[in-house]
Amino acid sequence: MKMRRYAVLLGLLLIVGVVLSACGSGGSSEQGGSDNSFETAMVTDTGGIDDKSFNQSAWEGLTQFGGDNGLKEDAGYSYLQSNSASDYVTNLNRLVQSNTDLIFGIGFKLAEDIGTVADQHKDTHFAIVDSVVDKENVASIVFEEQQGSFLAGVAAAMKSESGKIGFVGGEESELIKKFEAGYVAGAKSVNKDIEVDVQYAGSFGAPDKGKLIASNMYNSGVDVIYHSAGGTGNGVFAQAKDLKNNNPEGNYWVIGVDRDQYEEGQIGDNNVTLTSMLKAVDVAVADVAKQSKDGEFPGGEIVSYGLKDDGINIAETNKDAYTEDIKAAVNEWKQKLVNGDVTAPSTDAELKEYQDSL
Amino acid sequence: MFSSTKFNFIIPIISVVLGLVAGAIIMLIFGYNPILGYQALWNGVFDSGFFMSETVNRITPYILTGLAIAFAFRTGLFNIGAEGQVLVGWIASVWVGTAIDAPTILHLPLALLAAGAAGAFWAFIPGILKAKLGVHEVIVSIMMNYVALHLTNYLIRDVMTDNSESTEQVKQTASLTNDFLIGLTGSRLHLGFIVALFMVIVMWVILERTKLGYELKAVGYNQHASNYAGMKVGRNIVISMVISGLFAGLAGAMQGLGSFGTAFTNTAFSNLGFDGIAVALLGGNNPFGVILSASLFGFLKVGALNMSTAGVPNEIIEIVIALIILFVASGFIIRWALLQLKKGERK
Repeated sequence: MKMRRYAVLLGLLLIVGVVLSACGSGGSSEQGGSDNSFETAMVTDTGGIDDKSFNQSAWEGLTQFGGDNGLKEDAGYSYLQSNSASDYVTNLNRLVQSNTDLIFGIGFKLAEDIGTVADQHKDTHFAIVDSVVDKENVASIVFEEQQGSFLAGVAAAMKSESGKIGFVGGEESELIKKFEAGYVAGAKSVNKDIEVDVQYAGSFGAPDKGKLIASNMYNSGVDVIYHSAGGTGNGVFAQAKDLKNNNPEGNYWVIGVDRDQYEEGQIGDNNVTLTSMLKAVDVAVADVAKQSKDGEFPGGEIVSYGLKDDGINIAETNKDAYTEDIKAAVNEWKQKLVNGDVTAPSTDAELKEYQDSL
Repeated sequence: MFSSTKFNFIIPIISVVLGLVAGAIIMLIFGYNPILGYQALWNGVFDSGFFMSETVNRITPYILTGLAIAFAFRTGLFNIGAEGQVLVGWIASVWVGTAIDAPTILHLPLALLAAGAAGAFWAFIPGILKAKLGVHEVIVSIMMNYVALHLTNYLIRDVMTDNSESTEQVKQTASLTNDFLIGLTGSRLHLGFIVALFMVIVMWVILERTKLGYELKAVGYNQHASNYAGMKVGRNIVISMVISGLFAGLAGAMQGLGSFGTAFTNTAFSNLGFDGIAVALLGGNNPFGVILSASLFGFLKVGALNMSTAGVPNEIIEIVIALIILFVASGFIIRWALLQLKKGERK
């Protein structure tokens, strides 16, 4: 009896689904292809559109691009958010099917799926941020994070009174290694004997872990922490602000990442954000969108952004903490990096080589 | 009067309706149009064959994790470790899928078997600890989840690849994907749903048609009575965890051999195992009920991705799901309300 009821229900569900899908696909074939205006969209990784970092920055770039070109949100530019890794392919295909001209995948986690979908839809243009996908219809946007991190290291070493600084990474990967190596190299360039405590939280979305790691670091005498850990970094900020709140005279500095995280560091009249390593995902996204609109889509190419073209920079928002001394030193090293007198290391091996040369 | 089985069926349905209504009210409060929102949700799945197939792909592992949790529940255990069992099953299937050369007829079953065995082993540990030492399975299996997460990340990064975030694709002979199905919709639709449906029947047969199932359920109802009746309580606890883990491990294989064809490092849990708890609860711990509730979950998760086209944030669906679970969990209130209604009619 019970069995039969389930069977009937299941049958009904299937029928409803099939019938409605038949209606649905009939409808959708009529739309699309009617307009010849430019449409672009992005798929976030699991960080979400309001991660105060990477995805948000990309969206700001796209919004900027839309504003500059008189496009409307949801008509000319839009985004789809991914809640899990299973969502990437679904979201990418959704955009392909709604005739989007250029689709951005934000973050290296989308690289493989972009590759697959790009193979299936050769007429659509794709762009991947922070990774390289070698396909004719995919533009790969990468940044020279090691350069900005190098400068963050210089600033940290200049600011540190204890001679101990910290680095909190998200997930250990080639990408985050660039941040770590550059940072350590920059710090050692200023003060050869500085101690750098490097720790990985194993996640980009675990502020609790970030807070714990930061707490241990500050306890052990570290006074500047550079985080490259997305949402996990919010925990680093939270810990620094707690400590600063209890002891306004203490040295608890955080160096932000990707965006200017000055606002994240505000606590009462104090601000714990020393500076931020700016990665202009917004500039890059707007740039590639513009090229694509103008018919100069850099398909199959690797588009690299660094200090030279302001794709990477260092924030100077916190005037009280980021003193003239620090500014001068950072600018000096920046010049060296831009001129090519110094090359910031981006892997462990390069870092070792760099340290030996000091 | 309502019979108890009727309640088992009515309460989930009322809960789903209430959840959707509450979701609509929340959308209204925040100034979104619920009709457009739900329309986008519906279209997100039924717009084209592609998205319907993606939904099936999403449903498949939910059925298996739902079965895993439901099976344990039916035998008096709470296997919250399904999440970890999914992860080890996932990586085991990919390992066999990439490392071995064999014809499909051997390779695919072997990869599936490896996934099931890995999940079963992962569940065996909390099972044996409970049976021998009386350690609560919830505590151990939660910890096993973290061990699984970090162990699989390590294996992918340092053993299976050279510091890369994802393994290579499994060989075609071990893949669940099927050219005919891909050609049909252009999606990643794979044959995993057959495995999942088969396992539904397996669970039903074990529980309802075998002596073993009878014993497992008896131990779940009352350990002491079962012991008194001459059943080996400890052995049954272990068996039941192992079967539960096997289902969860297979859910991992659905991802590893089907949807993704690869294993990648995770910064956080996949949530398949945790969502399985909700699927089992909503499905009334009945294998066929699990199919329905897993379908609902898959539908909501895939449809939600389309809701931003109606300007509604897709997180709203997470709220709806949470509310549905809340209503199911507080089913006694619905039962009481229904009975009051009945009484009122009689007067």
